[in-house]
Amino acid sequence: MNGPHDLGGQMGFGPVAPEPDEPFFHADWERRALGVTLCAGALGAWTLDESRHARESLHPADYYASSYYAIWIKALERLVVRHGFVTGDELASGAPAPGGRAPKRVLKAEDVPAVLARGGPCDRAIAGEPRYAEGQRVRTRNMHPTGHTRLPRYARDKVGTIETVHGGFVFPDTNAHGLGEQPQRLYTVVFDGRELWGEQADPSLKVSIDAWEGYLEPA
Amino acid sequence: MSGANHEHHHDNELDPMDARVRALETLLARKGLVDPAAIDAIVDTYEKKVGPRNGARVVARAWTQTAFADWLRRDATAAIASLGYTGRQGEHMRAVFNGDGVHNLVVCTLCSCYPWSVLGLPPVWYKSPPYRSRAVMDPRGVLAEFGLELPADTTIRVWDSTAELRYLVVPQRPAGTEGWDEERLAELVTRDSMIGTALAKQAEAA
Repeated sequence: MNGPHDLGGQMGFGPVAPEPDEPFFHADWERRALGVTLCAGALGAWTLDESRHARESLHPADYYASSYYAIWIKALERLVVRHGFVTGDELASGAPAPGGRAPKRVLKAEDVPAVLARGGPCDRAIAGEPRYAEGQRVRTRNMHPTGHTRLPRYARDKVGTIETVHGGFVFPDTNAHGLGEQPQRLYTVVFDGRELWGEQADPSLKVSIDAWEGYLEPA
Repeated sequence: MSGANHEHHHDNELDPMDARVRALETLLARKGLVDPAAIDAIVDTYEKKVGPRNGARVVARAWTQTAFADWLRRDATAAIASLGYTGRQGEHMRAVFNGDGVHNLVVCTLCSCYPWSVLGLPPVWYKSPPYRSRAVMDPRGVLAEFGLELPADTTIRVWDSTAELRYLVVPQRPAGTEGWDEERLAELVTRDSMIGTALAKQAEAA
């Protein structure tokens, strides 16, 4: 979706503000936000792609007014309701009511090290030869899906070069919507700065994205 | 009294997110969906155990062992796992090497993808609109805000982490560090130098 999250090339946000010796957390609630988000994800009811889509589906005014952990929490509230674990009334009142979906599993403290160390690999075996080869020119599709996609707007309908041919990876555009992993081959595609940004662009700039095969067509 | 303990966090007390997160955690815990002790364990992991020292060890080894550097180029996930760094947001790693005339910079314009297994949790600026919007369009302007000016003919190679590959920049080894061991070299490797918003520290700064 052409959502507030798709920030490449947007203007008006001001300078970057690096913070010397920045701590990992700026408030205790950020610690809990990280932990509760990961624990809820471990319920196994939604994918990382669906989480990302829930975050980018916040109203743009809310998205830009929220810190990143606040975005996570607002998305998590939607996910636990969408998947039937809690109701909107329970969220509003804070009081648990009987019922609600039973979890397949609940992450226990003693399992945390193993679960984090294992992570969630997204590479998948796929059949067939790559459609594109290293060095080949490709054009990214001019597409504007209303659902989740990982092809950023600034890199749509642009000609680039296949730099690396990867294996198969879970396709976020379907996986975010419960339509299955439908793995596709992934490519690193590199663009000249001038192809993306026009004649004023820094001539020394090259930008790459990682693009699923379905995002590409021959140039 | 020591001055070091005089930091106050009034802003946290006023933050409506504090109550909101507390309410959500409490509700989920009372419904048996999350275990607060598991939250503690996750926080402990990312506050105390995983951080940019991991990545610094990877870089220092690449600087000192050619065979490791080759492995890191070829199969970063396996090379990094050999040092014990695996898992969440590091499942599929790629190392990109700075060289004469080429400087790498990593961003996630769409969210906040970051190589947790080697760098830990990302800093706020990495997740925020100013960096995410401009890193792909005006990287020299962004680097200037970090105090880094590169020669005009240096290629700036920006990697937008749009899929599940996670990027680690291997900065150039500073001059004057011949004969240094890995541990000493790792002290020169900052978090920002592995994102690409800085160079490694100079030998005299260590």
